[in-house]
Amino acid sequence: MFDALTEKLQSALGDLRGRGILDEEAVSRAMREVRLALLEADVNFGVVKDFVAQVRERALGEDVRKSLTPGQQVVKIVHEELTELLGGGDSRLSFSQRPPTTILLAGLQGSGKTTAAAKLARLLRDEGKRPALVAADLQRPAAIDQLVQLGAELDVPVYADERSDPVKAVRDGIERAKADGRDVAILDTAGRLHVDEPLMDELAAVCDEAKPTNVLLVLDAMTGQEAVNVAQTFQERIDFDGVVLTKLDGDARGGAALSVRAVTGRPIKLASAGEKLDALEWFHPDRMASRILGMGDVLTLIERAEAAIESDEKEELEKRMLKGECSFDDFLSSYKMLRRMGPLQGVLKLIPGLGKQLEGLDDVDERQLKRVEAIILSMTPHERRVPHLIDMSRRKRIAAGSGTTLEQVGQLLETRKQMAKMMKLAGSGKMPSLPGMAPGAPTMGGGPRPSATRKASSKRKKKKAKR
Amino acid sequence: MARSWGELLGESGAAPEPDEQGGRLFTRLRDSLSKSRRALTGELSAAAFDPGNELDWERLEEALIAGDVGVRATAELVRRLEARGEVGDLNAALAGEVTELFGEPPTLDVRHGPTVLLVVGVNGTGKTTTIGKLAAKLAEHGHSVLVAAADTYRAAAEEQLEIWAQRAGADFVGSERGGDPAAVAYDAVEAATARGRDVVIVDTAGRLHTQTNLMEELAKVRRVLAGRLEGAPHETLLVVDATTGQNGLEQARLFGEAVGVTGVVLTKLDGSAKGGVAIPIVYELGLPVKLVGVGEGIDDLRPFDPADYARALVSG
Repeated sequence: MFDALTEKLQSALGDLRGRGILDEEAVSRAMREVRLALLEADVNFGVVKDFVAQVRERALGEDVRKSLTPGQQVVKIVHEELTELLGGGDSRLSFSQRPPTTILLAGLQGSGKTTAAAKLARLLRDEGKRPALVAADLQRPAAIDQLVQLGAELDVPVYADERSDPVKAVRDGIERAKADGRDVAILDTAGRLHVDEPLMDELAAVCDEAKPTNVLLVLDAMTGQEAVNVAQTFQERIDFDGVVLTKLDGDARGGAALSVRAVTGRPIKLASAGEKLDALEWFHPDRMASRILGMGDVLTLIERAEAAIESDEKEELEKRMLKGECSFDDFLSSYKMLRRMGPLQGVLKLIPGLGKQLEGLDDVDERQLKRVEAIILSMTPHERRVPHLIDMSRRKRIAAGSGTTLEQVGQLLETRKQMAKMMKLAGSGKMPSLPGMAPGAPTMGGGPRPSATRKASSKRKKKKAKR
Repeated sequence: MARSWGELLGESGAAPEPDEQGGRLFTRLRDSLSKSRRALTGELSAAAFDPGNELDWERLEEALIAGDVGVRATAELVRRLEARGEVGDLNAALAGEVTELFGEPPTLDVRHGPTVLLVVGVNGTGKTTTIGKLAAKLAEHGHSVLVAAADTYRAAAEEQLEIWAQRAGADFVGSERGGDPAAVAYDAVEAATARGRDVVIVDTAGRLHTQTNLMEELAKVRRVLAGRLEGAPHETLLVVDATTGQNGLEQARLFGEAVGVTGVVLTKLDGSAKGGVAIPIVYELGLPVKLVGVGEGIDDLRPFDPADYARALVSG
């Protein structure tokens, strides 16, 4: 549903171009879309309220005059705010001066603690630590077996004692880790509901005994509005230091992550996106922000476009196009700009909502795009500037020159005409929805030019570094 | 009076739970739902609800959203309430609309010989636990049950199910880790037919609905079952965690497309989550909730009663 957030914002704000600062009413419309998008992503409604208020303030202050696309501008603001909110705090784990460092994992049933424990062991092992796993889940049938099997796969020792109680299991486990010269002990506790007082008491007791160096709350990315209550209760009882977000390999937006971050102030430290044991990573707030917004990778697209298009070149082109003066020279240069953004296939994939439709369309007919270039290059410079000169005999010459058919030449002429019309409308502020911009339409596009892609992306990196 | 197992299983002459039992069920469900710090409509004090006040409507929307009902189903409920003109007691009206949305209480079809139930869902929703409890309940109602561990992926999944099978007094068909789940399902039906068991419950590995290869594997389990026994699986139950947000809807949609889900089991309702995502699931996909899980005990799996659920959801 909100794969189309950008689009919706665009339509809410589309008529604003040239008006400078966004006005109250338009921003209210846009904020309604943002609010819906966040709610659909399971961000807690209270958090949404505060967040939207914050974005609203910034959007009202921001100068969007230069932007052809105020919608994207607002998305950019939302994205930046989200990233900031998600990214604050230290995402690293702390390590104890006196090993073993202890890491306790707690959470609801089924959030993925045991798997996360094993994945964390693997991650730390790969970073040069010597981890051990301690089974403190004596509740769920066969939980210990699960941990033991995972430990065996990783070749990491698992300390477990079925007949023990969790407090004792943790104490013994840490002792054994120390004795075996292990520098990290990962404590896997039983899943429990935050409203289950006796079990929460037990967890607090385990925590008191272990005095863990790190306490992590394991949270399922699919959690709904309840995430806030869950996190707050766990915070009251065991004051966790950070969150492990699991099951991100699904299509959950993961708005719960934002809620938890906002109400507890605790950072998300790790994210798990896959069933394999190597699928645990340190957390990237910017990626999560895009995900919550369902943005595909609009930001990457915007950045690529910014990097690929020299700003004065763009302004010049924009100015002329908006007057409806879309010559074939302009056509060619916009086409080349698009090419500089990388292979068309990759570019289209970055557009939210398009990705899925493109499956199976493996080459969005790069040949067709080359044909467009060939046709234009077979025109005389004069023909390119004054396209309506091109009569039937000129068409025949162009077709012969570019090795194409009369029909193909005619098609391109028609496309240019449509585009010029559309641009003129856009210039006058009456932007129609874009017809015929489906992939494969013989309008414009970029061929695979790896060197240009590299150039664009390194430029982008430089730009980022400067910020 | 709450819906009984007899009614759910379509037994002839089945009556609702007698009041004592039913009262307890209702209390249990209500207790668990009200553990959350506020009732759904708590913040807007239902008594003072003024249909003429835009702010009251907005707060109602927020309350529903906070219960994971989702934007579209919320809009629909609000629309229906508005259409009433006079709302009267908000709690009663809202509960009425929610009940209405759920429609007729569903049944669980177990009258084949043998009946095959396929249990599916994403990771960690409580499939194995649900199967343990369901096996016990069916045994109580005179069915001989066989459970099959077709979760060949998760470490120790088989052991967990075997422990539940023992508790429930059910037969158990095991598997090897990494084995073919479809083969396990096939063997289970073979074994049930040979031994004259009348219900087979097939446990499957948790999988995210976006993992196409794993969904394909599940579709194969279904095909193999259908090939072995006509009409099988007779029910395909999707287990959804009540703490799940709007992603539950996608789960129901994609599992439905892959294996033809016939009903939902809403688990972990003993937490403070209200399982509101069941509402968009039935509203947008027409998939009924058949069972609810309200605790870890073997008796804590209950037939879903729309009116009961709606009341508990709304008034806390």
